[in-house]
Amino acid sequence: MIAQRSLLVGLGAVLATYLLLPLVILVSSVGDAFTASLGHPLVAPALRLSVTTTTITLAVVVLLGTPLAWTMARSTHRLTRLLETLLQLPVVVPPAVAGVALLLTFGRRSLLSAALGGDGWSPSFTTLAVVMAETFVAAPFYLQAALGAFRQLDPELVSVARSLGASPLRVLLRVAVPLSWPGLVAGAAMCWARALGEFGATLMFAGNLEGRTQTLPLAIYTALETDLKVAQAISVVLVVAAFALLFVVRLVSRHLPGGRA
Amino acid sequence: MLRLVLLLLIASGCKPPGERELVVFAAASVKEVFTELGGDFRRQHPGVTLTFNFAGTQELRTQLELGATADVVVSADTRHMDALSAQGLVQAPRPLARNRLVFAVSKEVAHRVARLEDARTLERIVLAAPEVPLGLYTRTLLDQARAGPSGAELVDTLERHVVSKELSSRQVLARLVLGEAQAAFLYRTDALGAADAGVVLVPLPDALTVTAEYSIAVTRSPAHPTLAAAWRSLLDSSTGRAAFRHAGFDVEPAP
Repeated sequence: MIAQRSLLVGLGAVLATYLLLPLVILVSSVGDAFTASLGHPLVAPALRLSVTTTTITLAVVVLLGTPLAWTMARSTHRLTRLLETLLQLPVVVPPAVAGVALLLTFGRRSLLSAALGGDGWSPSFTTLAVVMAETFVAAPFYLQAALGAFRQLDPELVSVARSLGASPLRVLLRVAVPLSWPGLVAGAAMCWARALGEFGATLMFAGNLEGRTQTLPLAIYTALETDLKVAQAISVVLVVAAFALLFVVRLVSRHLPGGRA
Repeated sequence: MLRLVLLLLIASGCKPPGERELVVFAAASVKEVFTELGGDFRRQHPGVTLTFNFAGTQELRTQLELGATADVVVSADTRHMDALSAQGLVQAPRPLARNRLVFAVSKEVAHRVARLEDARTLERIVLAAPEVPLGLYTRTLLDQARAGPSGAELVDTLERHVVSKELSSRQVLARLVLGEAQAAFLYRTDALGAADAGVVLVPLPDALTVTAEYSIAVTRSPAHPTLAAAWRSLLDSSTGRAAFRHAGFDVEPAP
């Protein structure tokens, strides 16, 4: 009995150690040069851009993803399952390939650009492109979590609410969402984290320019070309920012109705 | 007795004497030339495994400093080669070829840009990031342009329209080929290689000449010194020089 429990704990400990060790070593290796590296010109604009774009991305995904997940959860149509699988594809596709796909769809020589006439406008090289790239790769994380949470809802509750005269929107906002908080918040946290770490699609579709498209991951990669120490320092900034965001999300979810830590 | 010994040797699967492999670390911009010459080398040395590692010069340097093994190193930037030499990682580097910096435009705007000054009207220019060699060379060229008549105003306008600073010469080229960028500063070899994609070179005034100096060296204790020497001979031969020239490099005429 004890042996079995030890085995389970042991297996888990191996994975946990493997996941934590490199990050601990990264953070501790930076040392004294850290505060000096923080003043590096790449850091402040990249941090500002990362925080701004990921927040907008999260807002867009939650605003548009919640109704989508709700509709899909309530649907009994055969094609819903197929759609659900298709909507997972952005996760499977390598980010650089996602960037190429975005370029083909929204780039300068795309149908969209031609439709806008002449040298049509395109979002590539703009901050909008950063949000688009982040949304593309991070949305499936929220969608899947929201779908799972909504599917677990007792359909009786929804029927009761409707029979008491609640409109579909009211049912979603006042019944479904509050009861599904833990799942939705966990999904939002994963979505935000993925958007924060997004690199390949951003580099391909949005480009690399300080202040406009160079997010923290792009700044790290740029710094890697010349100074490993600076790259390490900016990496620590990213890890700390991500930890802070996820921690805040956990705290918030604990204090909301129906939320558990 | 001798026959018995020979038979035993062959039976034990003993490899015949001689080197069977060559590892070459080379800057990404020589990839096409080396791949082509690699075919010639394999024909001259059947049974030899020729392995190329093409990457940005700064990446190659980092790999070698962290212990990667190679026989021959080709760098696109003398600073990195000098650093490797100072650390004793390579022996006696010497010049190999030169690659000029050019200004090129995409097919959409080629009709309205005949000289660098016409680029004022463009809105999307792409450069290499200053952290990579091409970026440094571009910086030098722009500083030279500033010194010319109405130079400061032109360069300021161009810099205002830079939309991305790419981390490799290949990415700069890709932006141009895809039509995302209207113009870019890149290596002459890359621009010539993309002629069928509609990329057009815009002549620069003679005063604005910046060249990347490529150098070649054998590593400190190469595992395959004979083949390394053979590779260098191939590069120096008329076949090798012709391949470089055909790609757009400047090479010294044969001695």
